[in-house]
Amino acid sequence: MMLIKTLLAVAAVAVALFGLGASTVFAQNEQFIPRLVYRTGPYAPNGIPFADGYADYLDMVDARDGGVGGVKITYEECETAYNNDKGVECYERLKNQGPTGASLVDPLSTGITYALIERATADKVPVVSMGYGRADASYGAVFPYVFTLPATYWAQADALVKYVGEKEGGLDKLKGKKLGLVYIDIAYGKEPISTLEKLSQKYGYTFLKYPVSAPGIEQSATWLQIRQQRPDWLFMWGWGVMNSTAIKGAASVGYPMDHFIGVWWSGSEPDVVPAGAAAVGYESGTFHGAGQDYPTVKDILKYVYDKNSGHSTRDKVGEVLYNRGVINAIYDLEAIRTAQGKFGNKPLKGEEVQWGYEHLDITSQRIAALGADGLMAPIALSCDNHEGNGKVRIQQWDGKQWKFVSDWIQPDRGMLTEMYKESALAYAKEKGITPRDCAKVM
Amino acid sequence: MDVLAAVFVTPFANMWGNPEFVVEVIIGGLLSGVMYSLVALGFVLIYKASGVFNFAQGTMVLFAALTFVGLIEHGLPIWAAFLIAIAVVILLAVAIERLVLRPLVNQEQIILFMATIGLAFFLEGFGQLVWGGDVHPLDIGIPKAPLIIGGVLVNEFDLVAAAVAGSLVAALALFFQHTAVGRALRAVADDHQAAQSVGIPLRSIWVIVWSVAGVVGLVAGIMWGSRLGVQFSISLVALKALPVLILGGFTSVPGAIVGGLIIGVGEKLAEVFWGPAFGGAIEDWFAYALALAFLLFRPHGLFGERIIERV
Amino acid sequence: MLYREVGQFKTSYAADQAIFPISQDRWLALAALAAAYLVIPAIGSEYWLLTIMVPFLVYALAALGLNLLTGYAGQVSLGTGGFMAVGAFATYKLTTAFPELNILFALLLAGIITALVGVLFGFPSLRIKGFYLAVATLAAQFFLIWMFNKFPWFYNYSASGVISAPPRAVFGRVFVTGAEADPRARYLFVLTVVVLLALAAKGLVRGRIGRAWMAIRDMDVAAEIIGIRPLRSKLLAFALSSFYCGIAGAMWAFIYTSAVEASAFEIDRSFQILFMIIIGGLGSILGSFLGAAFIVLLPILLDNAPRLAGFEMPVNLVSNLQSMVFGALIIFFLIVEPNGLARLWVIGKEKLRLWPFPH
Repeated sequence: MMLIKTLLAVAAVAVALFGLGASTVFAQNEQFIPRLVYRTGPYAPNGIPFADGYADYLDMVDARDGGVGGVKITYEECETAYNNDKGVECYERLKNQGPTGASLVDPLSTGITYALIERATADKVPVVSMGYGRADASYGAVFPYVFTLPATYWAQADALVKYVGEKEGGLDKLKGKKLGLVYIDIAYGKEPISTLEKLSQKYGYTFLKYPVSAPGIEQSATWLQIRQQRPDWLFMWGWGVMNSTAIKGAASVGYPMDHFIGVWWSGSEPDVVPAGAAAVGYESGTFHGAGQDYPTVKDILKYVYDKNSGHSTRDKVGEVLYNRGVINAIYDLEAIRTAQGKFGNKPLKGEEVQWGYEHLDITSQRIAALGADGLMAPIALSCDNHEGNGKVRIQQWDGKQWKFVSDWIQPDRGMLTEMYKESALAYAKEKGITPRDCAKVM
Repeated sequence: MDVLAAVFVTPFANMWGNPEFVVEVIIGGLLSGVMYSLVALGFVLIYKASGVFNFAQGTMVLFAALTFVGLIEHGLPIWAAFLIAIAVVILLAVAIERLVLRPLVNQEQIILFMATIGLAFFLEGFGQLVWGGDVHPLDIGIPKAPLIIGGVLVNEFDLVAAAVAGSLVAALALFFQHTAVGRALRAVADDHQAAQSVGIPLRSIWVIVWSVAGVVGLVAGIMWGSRLGVQFSISLVALKALPVLILGGFTSVPGAIVGGLIIGVGEKLAEVFWGPAFGGAIEDWFAYALALAFLLFRPHGLFGERIIERV
Repeated sequence: MLYREVGQFKTSYAADQAIFPISQDRWLALAALAAAYLVIPAIGSEYWLLTIMVPFLVYALAALGLNLLTGYAGQVSLGTGGFMAVGAFATYKLTTAFPELNILFALLLAGIITALVGVLFGFPSLRIKGFYLAVATLAAQFFLIWMFNKFPWFYNYSASGVISAPPRAVFGRVFVTGAEADPRARYLFVLTVVVLLALAAKGLVRGRIGRAWMAIRDMDVAAEIIGIRPLRSKLLAFALSSFYCGIAGAMWAFIYTSAVEASAFEIDRSFQILFMIIIGGLGSILGSFLGAAFIVLLPILLDNAPRLAGFEMPVNLVSNLQSMVFGALIIFFLIVEPNGLARLWVIGKEKLRLWPFPH
C-alpha cells in the first residue's frame, strides 16, 4: 500500500515536472525582465536590499508612468542563493517568458555572470554585470552581449589608488609607501590584483596581499600580520560576512579606519552595522549616492510605500545596496527606452535591448529629469566601450549614514582600455571568436 | 630553491627575529581555538551519548542564536531571552528525539548521519523563514577592546570567550562524572541495547543529551554571533570545528578543548609564517592536514576511544 | 502476474550471469535506454535537456564514482568535490595545451590524472577508518580547491581564476562544448559517456574486484585474513572512484556550466553527492541514479510547485519552504527505507512478481 502510494506520487511528480519550462501567460503589451536574486543563504543580507530596490523602482515606474513608453514592465524573481548552477537554472527557465522573452539579465554575482556569458550571447540576451563580472567584457567588440557599466573592478582599483595618492599629496608621494589588499580568495577577490600590481610598478609603492579564505569568518591571523606590517593604506575586496569580520578585525588591531577603504561591494550597511561604533570612519568606493534625499527615491516612497506595497521597509529605503538596485533598474529601463527610440514603443527582444544598451547615453539633463541628480553620474556606452567610462566616488560611514568624501574620480581610461582589449582578445583567441568590427556595426 | 628556503628557513628566521609577535600569534591561536572548541563540544556530546554524528550542529547553533537575538530585538531583556532560547532548544530536542531518533533506533551510523543532514536542511529553512535572512547584530555587553600586555596584543573578547568555554567544560565534566544522569549518558554511549536492558530510559537520555548539546550550541552561537553578527554564515563554523573533532577524538570533552587549542595555534602559526611561501590563505586546509597528521599516529584522535574490532 | 519468470530458462552459464537475467528487466532497461536516446531529445525543450537532464547525468556519474568508494568499498570520502575539480582543471589544461586533442581523449586522460591524485589521497585509508577517514578526506578536498584557486598556471593566468570551456567537437563536426553546441548534442554526449561508464561499473562490482571491496567494507580484518590485500583493493577503489568523479567534474565544467571556478567544487558539492548515494542506496548502481534524480529534481520541483499550482509566493518563502520540505523528505525516506531508494525499487519488483496475489 505504502509502495503503491509512493509509486503514484512519483508518477505525479514526473507529470508535473513536464510542466516546467512552460511559460506563464503574460498580457501582450508587457516587457519582461527576469530577476535573479538571493534572498536566502550566506549572502542574503546583501542580496535582499538590492532586490528590493530594483523591484520597488520597477513598481514605481509602472505606477507613476505606466511603464516605459507605455509598455508595462513585468518581472519575476528567481532565487539563486548566490549559487552558480541555480543561477543558470533560473536563467534557462525564465529566458523565454513574456511576449518577447527576457529583455536582459542581471546576474548579481561574478560567478553566475561567467556561467551565463556564453549562453546569453548565443540566446541574444544582454547580460548586465553592473560593477562586477568580467572586467575585460568592457571591450564590446569581443563581448557584444555583456555590459559592465558604469565601472569595473580594474577601474575601481585605479580610482582607489588615485584617491589615496591625492590624500598623500600627489601620486608621486606614493613611492615607498605600503598599500595592502585584504581580499576574499575567490575569483571576485582576485580581480584587482593585476591592476594594483601594475600600478605599484608605475608609482613605486609596495603592494602587500592578504588573502582570506572564503567565507572569511576567521581572520585573526590576517589582522595580526597587518598589525605587524603596518601598511599605510588598506583596500578590501570582500563580500558577505567577510566584510564585517574584517572591519571588526581592523578595529581589534587598532588600524585607523579612515585609511581602510573597501570596494563598492564592501561598503554597505550590513557590513558596518555589526561592527558597531568600531566601524566609524571606514570608507568605501561607490558609483552612486546613498540616502533618501533624491526626487526619484522620494517618488518610490510616494508611489509604492505610501500605498503599502513596498518590498522592504521605509527605513531601509535609501540604504547603499537599495539605491544600487535602483540604479541598476534605472540603467536597464533607460536602455529599454533608448531601444524603443529606434524600434518603437512595443515589447522588445533581447537583441533590440542590446542595441539600446550600446547606444545608451544618459546626460545630466536626463538625470535631472529622472530625479536622480547626485544619485548617479552621466554615462555613455558604445559598441567597443561597454563600460561607459564611469566615474567613482569615495563615501564614508559616520555611524549613521554614508557620506561622500570625494568628488567624482575618473580612473586612467587609457591604461584600462588597453588592458581590457588585451585580455578580451586573448579570450577571443582561446574561444575562436572573431571580434566585431565596430566601425561596421550600426 | 626559493620555495625550499621559504618553507624551511624563512619562517624560523622570522620567528626568531620577532619573539613578541610569535607570542601574539600563539595567544591569538589559543583563543581562536577556544571558539572552535565551543562548537566542537556540541558534536562531542551528541556523539558520545547517541552515537550520532550531528551534521546539523552548525545549523542548531545558528537557530539558537537567531532565536536569542530575535527575542532581544523584540525587546526582551537578555536573561529572559536566554531562558526562552533554552526552552526552545529543549523543545527542539524533544521534537528531534520523537520524530527522528526514535524511528531510526539501531540503524547504522551513516543512516543517522544522513538523518541529521535532513534535519540541517529543515532547520536552515525554518530559521530563515521565522527570523529572515538579514544580519542581526548582537551585543550583550562583552568588552571588545584590544589590550596590550607586555607588547603583545590580546583581545578582551577572546579572553571572555576562553573563560566561558572553560567554565562550560568544567560544568560538563562534573555533570558526566558525578551525576547519575551523566553515568547513564556514558552507558548509553557505550551500547544502546545494553543500557536499555539495565533499565536506562533511552528516550529521556536522548532528549537530555540533545538539550544539553543545544544549550552548548546556544552559548557558542551567542559568542560567535557577538563576533560576526548573527547570520547564516554562522552555521559554517561547524566546518571549522571538524578538524578539532578529529584531532581530539569524537567522544572526548577534554579532547575537544585540547584539539581546539592545538588546531588554533597550528593554524595561525602556519598562516602567518608559512602562508606567504604558499601564497596565503592556507588556514583551512592546514587545519585538516594537521588533524590528519595526528590521526596517522593515533587513528582515533588524541583522546578518542579505541574501537576494538572483533572478527 | 506481470513479472513472472515462468518459461524463462537459461541454457548457458553466460545467460545465467547476465546483468538482467529476467527478460522483463531487460526489456525495461532497453526501453529506458530507447526513451533516453530517442524520445527525450525529440520532445525535450532546451530547458529540460540542459538544466535537468545534463546535470542529472553528470551528478549520477559522480554519485556512481562515490558509490564505488563508499558504498562498495566502505571508505567514506568527502573529497568528491576536490576530485571533480581535478578532472575539470586537468581537462582544461589538456584542451588548451593540445587544441587538436579529441574531447573524448581529453576526458579519458583527465580521468587517469584524477585517478592518480585519488590514489595519493587514498593512502591514509590504510590506517584510518570510518568517520575519521571522512574528515581526513576533507583535507584533500580543501587542499585541492585551495590549490586550484592559488596557482595561476591552472587557469592560464586569467584575472579571475575562472576556466571557460573552449569549443570542441566529436566526429569533427558535432560540437559538444562551447556556445554553438546543440543542446541535444550535449545531452547525447553526456548520456553516452554515462551509460558506458555505468555498464563498466556494473561489470566491475559483479566481478572479483567488487567482491573484494564488499568484503573489505563488511569486515576488513577478516578480508585480509582470507587473502584480499587491503592496500591494493583500497587504493584501487580510490583510483577508480576518482576516475569517475574526474570525468564527472570535467563534464560539469565543459558541458553543463561552460565556465567554472574552483569554488564550484567546494565542500557543499561533496556533501551533495554523499547525500545522493545515501538516499539512493549505498552499494547500488541504480541507487546512484535514483539518488541523483531525487536531489537534482526535487528542489527544482519544489521551487516551481507554487507556480505550477497557480499561486504566487515570495521567492525567499519558497526557498525556505523548499529547504524544509527537502529535509523532512530526507528524514521520511530514511525512516521508510534506510537502505535507500534502490531497495524500495527491489522490494517493488519482488512484490510485482507475486501481484496480484499476496503471497
